[in-house]
Amino acid sequence: MAPAPPSERPVVRTGRVPGRLGNRVFSGISTGAGILILVILAAVAAFLLIRAIPAFQASREDFADIDFMLGRDLWGFVGPLVFGTVISSTIALLVAVPLSIGIALFISHYAPRKLAQGLGYLIDLLAAIPSVIFGLWGIQWLQPLVSPLFSWLSENLGFIPLFTDYQAPARNIMTAGLVLAIMILPIITATIREVFLQTPRLHEEASLALGATRWEMIRQAVLPFGRSGIISASMLGMGRALGETMAVLMVLSPGYLINFFLLQPGQHQSIAANIASHFPEASGLGVDVLIASGFILFLLTFGVNLVARWIINRRAEFSGAN
Amino acid sequence: MAVIAPPVPVRRTRRLPSWAPWAVLVGSLVLAALIQFLGEGPTISGVFFIGAIIFTIAITVTSRTVEGERLSKDRLATTLVTLAFLLALIPLVSLVWTVLSDGITRFGPSFLSTDMVGVFGNMVEGGAFHAIIGTLYVTGIASIISIPLGIFCAIYLVEYGKGRLAKAITVLVDVMTGIPSIVAGLFAFTLFLILFGPAYKAAIIGGIALAVLMTPVVVRSVEEMLRLVPNELREAAYALGVPKWLTIVKVVLRTAIAGITTGVMIAIARVIGETAPLLITVGIAQNVNWDAFDGRIATLPVYVYRQYAQGGPSADRAWAGALTLIIIVMLLNLVARLVSRYFSPEGAR
Repeated sequence: MAPAPPSERPVVRTGRVPGRLGNRVFSGISTGAGILILVILAAVAAFLLIRAIPAFQASREDFADIDFMLGRDLWGFVGPLVFGTVISSTIALLVAVPLSIGIALFISHYAPRKLAQGLGYLIDLLAAIPSVIFGLWGIQWLQPLVSPLFSWLSENLGFIPLFTDYQAPARNIMTAGLVLAIMILPIITATIREVFLQTPRLHEEASLALGATRWEMIRQAVLPFGRSGIISASMLGMGRALGETMAVLMVLSPGYLINFFLLQPGQHQSIAANIASHFPEASGLGVDVLIASGFILFLLTFGVNLVARWIINRRAEFSGAN
Repeated sequence: MAVIAPPVPVRRTRRLPSWAPWAVLVGSLVLAALIQFLGEGPTISGVFFIGAIIFTIAITVTSRTVEGERLSKDRLATTLVTLAFLLALIPLVSLVWTVLSDGITRFGPSFLSTDMVGVFGNMVEGGAFHAIIGTLYVTGIASIISIPLGIFCAIYLVEYGKGRLAKAITVLVDVMTGIPSIVAGLFAFTLFLILFGPAYKAAIIGGIALAVLMTPVVVRSVEEMLRLVPNELREAAYALGVPKWLTIVKVVLRTAIAGITTGVMIAIARVIGETAPLLITVGIAQNVNWDAFDGRIATLPVYVYRQYAQGGPSADRAWAGALTLIIIVMLLNLVARLVSRYFSPEGAR
């Protein structure tokens, strides 16, 4: 077939796709932004590590001048802090997880459908409240409220070492853990709720069709399906609780011991709160020690979060929902 | 929102009438009030606390005798689940109430418009104007950095990302949302310490710290919104010969703009109350610092913390500052919800 005369040729400019330059620039910027996120994360670890190295290398004599270390070496100083961090987070988890499962069930399976979304927002609102205000509230409202409860515990169950010798005011690790529990409630609830809502409708209806009550249906269909979701949500909450600063700083009266006297003040301290309380006055090697403890906290939360996300993603791939 | 209608079984057992739980509830509360009267006089919290325990026991026992074991377990579960929800509302309500009632004494136009210059000892004057400006500066810097960065990263993940890089970024963004705020503060501190030396203090350090915390939140929410945009819209644009980048700008982003605005505002609300990173990076000041690149600067959360630590009349200022902060956060959340409600396109809610 003979080529058409030039005037009738369709206007397709081969070799000049429209917007090619724009495409290239735009995808370059987007990819760059994605990579920059990775760079920032790596930089966080790298910069902390650079400043932490002097503290890791220093000998015990070098730490003698740092008054908040009380003459301990690095691990003798960081060990109780790690212990305090873990124990406050554990208390928070023990309180928050059962409560969150209840709330998530209420929103996903009990509340009237029209209200459910609004009620979810209400819980999310807790996540928006600044931590410093949780600290104020913990001192002003929660502390007087739990004080009689703690003294009752101490009087009646005092033979258990956990509860011996409660001393008012309630500036102990238990109160701090309770405040933390309320602070991590929203993230745990939101994650569990999402998983519960994904329960296959057919499983639920099959259970109900066999004559199960609502609770039996939940035990047979919803909870087994959501188990890994509950685990990963708890770990996400743990990650939050480990790194929370202000509530612990304001509520807890600090100490640097490793023990399980949950109701006594002046026994424990968390890494984050310790950094916040000593950082403004620290200088020289003292700063490095605090940054080293911050690096340990970073590794701790990074690991917990990574495992939690891994569980969530694995579940998403293998779940029967899709 | 799976709300399952109760099954309609062949009833061989008797069931409680529908008013029975309410009757038991009223009875339990009255009983709780009576018990309190015998003790030290009733308090509202005491009546509800004891009433809830009595109700839980009473409804289970009643149901067990009338309806049998299985249905009573169901009622117990319903009661406990509802109680868990109500229990979670107590902190929210009491917190808002405490901040309101304690903050209102000092809160007002003069608190919002004066700073702390020349306020000593037991003086009740002084306000948080300088802290509000500082918070705007620090949050503004964080927003300038993390909103574009977050949006472009989300675009990469949704529109371009394939393979291992995208997968790694997705996982690490999730992990990054869990970075403790104090670690972000330490990072910003060491970054500027190494670049500019130990004497340098400025709002920008706090801004960088908050940007580290804010970016992953922006990425997550924008990504979620972009994924909601139906693929048909993109394909329609490609079919018309629109290049990919213009499709993203004019079709995808425009469709998702309400959701993106909501996500960004919630991210701002999340970081505006961050205290710990600012405590260790920007410190506190007594007066307004208009220069974001030089000198210490006061911010609202740190102001609240410091004032409270001082005690005395300063505590009133702390509560008023907390009230200011909570008003800002709640307003941001409210406006964000309204934007997503009224401006999102049909079907994308």
